[in-house]
Amino acid sequence: MKAAVIRFPGSNCDQDCYYALKHTFGIETEYVWHKEASVEQFDLIVLPGGFSYGDYLRCGAIARFSPVMRSVAIEAERGKLVLGICNGFQILCEARLLPGALIRNRSLHFICEHLHTRIENMETAFSHTEVTKADGKLLTARTGLLLRMPVAHGEGNYTADEATLRELNRNQQIVLRYTDARGAVTDEANPNGSKENIAGIVNRAGNVFGLMPHPERACDPLLGSEDGKLIIQSVIESAGRKTKVSSPISKRS
Amino acid sequence: MNTEPAITPELIAKHGITPDEYQRIESILGRAPNFTELGIFSVMWSEHCSYKNSKPELRKFPTTGPGVLVKAGEENAGVIDIGDGWAVAFKMESHNHPSAIEPFQGAATGVGGIIRDIFTMGARPVFSLNSLRFGPISGEGKAAAIQNNRRLFAGVVSGIAHYGNCIGIPTIGGEVYFDESYEGNPLVNVFCLGVLRHEEIARGGAVGVGNPVFYVGAETGRDGLAGAAFASRDLTEESKQDRPAVQVGDPFREKLLLEACLELLASGAVAGIQDMGAAGLTCSTCETASRAGTGVEIDLEKVPKREPGMTPYEIMLSESQERMLIIVTKGQEQIVRDIFEKWDLPYAEVGVVKDDGMMRVCVGDAVVAEIPAHKLAEDAPIYSREATARPAPQALPALPDADPVTALPALLAHPSIASKNWVYRQYDHMVRAGTCVLPGSDAAVFLVREADKILAATSDCNAIYCALDPREGAKIAVAEAARNLACSGARPLAVTDNLNFGNPYKPENFWQLRECVEGLAEACREFGTPVTGGNVSLYNQSPAGAVDPTPTVGMVGLIEKASYITTQSFKKAGDAIILLGEPGHELGGSHYVKVIHGLKAGIPPRLDFAKEKAVQAAVLALIRMGLVRSAHDCSEGGLAVALAECCIGGEELLGAEIDLTGLGSGRVDELLFNESQSRIVISVRRENATAALSLAEWQGIPARRLGFIGGDQLHIKAASGQWSWAVKELRDVWWGSIQRAMEG
Repeated sequence: MKAAVIRFPGSNCDQDCYYALKHTFGIETEYVWHKEASVEQFDLIVLPGGFSYGDYLRCGAIARFSPVMRSVAIEAERGKLVLGICNGFQILCEARLLPGALIRNRSLHFICEHLHTRIENMETAFSHTEVTKADGKLLTARTGLLLRMPVAHGEGNYTADEATLRELNRNQQIVLRYTDARGAVTDEANPNGSKENIAGIVNRAGNVFGLMPHPERACDPLLGSEDGKLIIQSVIESAGRKTKVSSPISKRS
Repeated sequence: MNTEPAITPELIAKHGITPDEYQRIESILGRAPNFTELGIFSVMWSEHCSYKNSKPELRKFPTTGPGVLVKAGEENAGVIDIGDGWAVAFKMESHNHPSAIEPFQGAATGVGGIIRDIFTMGARPVFSLNSLRFGPISGEGKAAAIQNNRRLFAGVVSGIAHYGNCIGIPTIGGEVYFDESYEGNPLVNVFCLGVLRHEEIARGGAVGVGNPVFYVGAETGRDGLAGAAFASRDLTEESKQDRPAVQVGDPFREKLLLEACLELLASGAVAGIQDMGAAGLTCSTCETASRAGTGVEIDLEKVPKREPGMTPYEIMLSESQERMLIIVTKGQEQIVRDIFEKWDLPYAEVGVVKDDGMMRVCVGDAVVAEIPAHKLAEDAPIYSREATARPAPQALPALPDADPVTALPALLAHPSIASKNWVYRQYDHMVRAGTCVLPGSDAAVFLVREADKILAATSDCNAIYCALDPREGAKIAVAEAARNLACSGARPLAVTDNLNFGNPYKPENFWQLRECVEGLAEACREFGTPVTGGNVSLYNQSPAGAVDPTPTVGMVGLIEKASYITTQSFKKAGDAIILLGEPGHELGGSHYVKVIHGLKAGIPPRLDFAKEKAVQAAVLALIRMGLVRSAHDCSEGGLAVALAECCIGGEELLGAEIDLTGLGSGRVDELLFNESQSRIVISVRRENATAALSLAEWQGIPARRLGFIGGDQLHIKAASGQWSWAVKELRDVWWGSIQRAMEG
């Protein structure tokens, strides 16, 4: 089980993702420079947040042409797990590995705060497991479970045409929606104007996940939330199963 | 060369060089300077680079202490030990003038500059703070002025957000004040802190004769020409024409430069490193040579340029951003090339370290400037300006006692006191996954994972106090910073300061500067927090006059255990509320008097160091014993505002029952809104109240139980009456005030 954290010029959550995978979860993790040709040797590929290429032109628009992205697309096609967080989500959309696009927040302001999202589908490779929090309490995935994680973006307003949205709903590809603290999907709880309060989606095959919230910033009680562990633990377990090696801190056998 | 203008008295004056200074230049050179050399002297001897009007004052600061690894003035930023072989480098700097003219780029490049100062030291920048001051954004002033203040405020905030968010350094705290004195001359002070191992401290000396000198980072353009000189003049109606003196920032380039430089520093190939900030190539070449006692020779033909046809004068005075000068150990040049090619950044070998002590600038074979480096960097004239004391503050006139029911919400709605969420939600304050206390509490708290250290930081200055009594106000700025750290569970370590004042040639302004410096110095000695560096920004004048004297204090502390981290908001219904310190009575200089009575007047509160240190020691002791659930100091708005903030500052709104009947039947406003110092509101579990009170008593601190947490009202009972406010309404007023002013 080996994870890759791709570093584009301008990635700035690369170190946070690396820390969470390697030190919080104990997974063998390597940085992969965007000029590398292959990520074949990895079981899990993480595209971290940041401002790849300064987000000039359009978020993620230049990063998709980085040499490494050709290999990411091939590995995604082969069914390998790919997790894109924030700018990583934007890159996955630009690279057409996920449908739709992320545009400017409707407030036109960058927004950074803790928000609630609701698990819409507990069957995905990214949202199915159970983790133990520092206080010993269990956090168990179920549809409707609220996860409190930080967002930090200027362009997190998810949009897609009507046909795509219907597809996403029909295939249960919507993994997370923004909600209020009680779990209601309201316009007030929508931080950026995303269609249907969408915060995270998977591709049709279910192995590529993009989300705007930052699970890697929600893995430590000192930072105010451990809910992000559920996402990261899920993907680690799923990647481990695919490689038939159980993850070192898997809570389920 | 023959196209360069002749040196005339007018040209000399236009460069801000006095006849005496010109004579000094001629005697250093032994001849008349040429145009390029005149430009070089003008920026190096500007106030911004030479501190010529403030140096004798700055020498009054305590700069040494057991933890000081790099002292103030030695390098680009001071370095302080935090234990286990780890250290922090931090500094605060101003970008007031550029932000007044072009708020977005002015503020953005301020952030870029302070970040470079930190990684130049070999430290990885881990968080930023900022201290901002603008004219009023609401109220009954002139509509055009208010509109302009909003434009400056919005522009500065988005400039900071743009740069900080993109480069991935969280902006985790700071302060924002609104006052008429900043109209037309906002203050933008930015702070950055980085961490490093002791052995990683990088130096800015051009050591090793024969070592190659590399230029790395962005190409040189015509932007920011002579910005340091621009920052050393009064702002006037014509200042808009100085817009070319404002640089343009590219945080993406700086992110690459940051990573490439840290990678290069780790390789061991670097003999010396210095960023190109104010006075760009000029400052970095002469300062590195001066520090090492060597000379540096550079060839401008080799400097990467953004546009053709730039003259030596323009290249030497450009303040294009995102550039560094690196002295490389001979033989290691290939490492530099490999790393900068990996990061797709321009680089060039532009010169060599010499043994002749000269800063020699060539274009090919032609020498276009040749100046003794040390004299240029260190022998700027030093002036002791005339100081004239302002009249001592007068006691307040008789004021009507306001109705607290309306006064408290009015204070909470004042943009200086209101929640700054409109600001900090635009900053990525959680990247680097270390923010333990979100913006809005007494101090920012950050976990540095690589070092396993928890740091607290705050910036403070109540400029109203400083305007009325600069010495006392400066002492209070230091005391409040230390108190904010103590309330967060931290032990203060050291200070950086940003001195923002008016034109020093006006004797009253210079007197304010001197009084503030002496106040800061005295307080830093008392609290054992050496000054590790900072910045002086003079000429903060608009046509309406000088800004209020604003010596901003940035203080850093260490929290020894995660369990000591304490925030200001009440935690649980039923907990007891205790006031540490005396109830106080001083209304002079208070926000109550300003906001409710429209006066900036009175004798500001007096600081008693012994009391202040005792109350800070007591709160820290109580925190370390695990007794404290929340701690918040009383500052602007006094006890009533502090209690309200405790009720509404957290995620859960909590009411409180407060009984002040034991405090006599004096004036109600004095009881609720006085700003006497050395007071902290804490909450503890009910069963721990007696223990907390007796511990405080044992430490010699007056302490009294004010009441308990509970309900959905803040209810205060006093001998002369009782008042209630719904906490939800208080929160709405406080939380949304700035947004309503900006978007309403």
